[in-house]
Amino acid sequence: MSGFLSGLVPLETADGFEAPGVHSFDVPPLFESVPWFDKYMLQAIISVILILGFWLIMARKNALVPSKGQYLGETAYFFIRNTIARDMIGHDFRRYLPLLIALFSFVLINNIFGVFPLSLLPTPSHVGWPYGLAILVWVIYNGVGIAKHGPFGYLKHTTLPSGVPAFMWPLIIPLEFVSNIIVRPITLSLRLFANMFAGHLLVLVFVLGGEYLLLHSESIINKTAGVVALIFSMAIFGLEIFVQSLQAFIFTVLTAQYISSAAAEEH
Amino acid sequence: MTPMEIVGSLGIVGYGLGAIGPGIGVGLIFASVIQGTARQPEARGAMMGTAWIGFAVTEALAIIGIALAFVFGGL
Repeated sequence: MSGFLSGLVPLETADGFEAPGVHSFDVPPLFESVPWFDKYMLQAIISVILILGFWLIMARKNALVPSKGQYLGETAYFFIRNTIARDMIGHDFRRYLPLLIALFSFVLINNIFGVFPLSLLPTPSHVGWPYGLAILVWVIYNGVGIAKHGPFGYLKHTTLPSGVPAFMWPLIIPLEFVSNIIVRPITLSLRLFANMFAGHLLVLVFVLGGEYLLLHSESIINKTAGVVALIFSMAIFGLEIFVQSLQAFIFTVLTAQYISSAAAEEH
Repeated sequence: MTPMEIVGSLGIVGYGLGAIGPGIGVGLIFASVIQGTARQPEARGAMMGTAWIGFAVTEALAIIGIALAFVFGGL
């Protein structure tokens, strides 16, 4: 078993246990000749196929009395539609519903890959994927605002909250600009990335450390600690499922919130 | 002679310090949600929606901390 594991992650070097770190996320490419096609890319492609299949099957047959499968699809759809889109965006939410559903499904499936036994690697734990998603969201919510208010109107709308007295403008305008235009995409991507990264690191520490303590040490105390760590890693997996679903939800909610604040009317 | 020698990264200490503030903040958010739910149970749904957004925004500080701990981990 240790031979199989060490093929995936470097378990042991000449001087004992090597703690998992940033290098644990540098997976080699699947084929030597295509350097960009690694495990993250494969998982993202599989997730797109799964999501397309799920929503196509769910949208194909619509009976008045729903079957079990249609009920599942409708529950997922109405969760995003009512809890996220309608509550956050308001009356004009239907235009943004496909974007929100696609974002939620993509982030959720790719996060769940972190605990799915055949993959065991969340795709957003490589920072490029959240960066891509955040750039997409950034372009969309700024585009929505510019289309609604015009370029200068949007700049005024997003940097100057109404009702601010004139002597506060030099303070408020740079703050709001940095907060709304620059920091938002950074925190949006870093939040998803760091949650997945830290969660996967936690799993690696418990599983690899437990395995090392159990199989590579002599003392009975170490072996007991290894067994306890391996059992406790199951609880960590449970925590990870919660965090992954929560992060998918929060990513979509914040996207809806940004679109809503960019498209809001003047009060 | 050196009485005790500690090796490691100052970035980890910095992350530990940086996680104090978001820890208190997230605790305050959910303490308020629990209090609000106890006072008015039917408003729980509306409070939870706001609480998750506040949680995400507060947690961003700790998240930036862990990213910076890796960035400055070599120092």
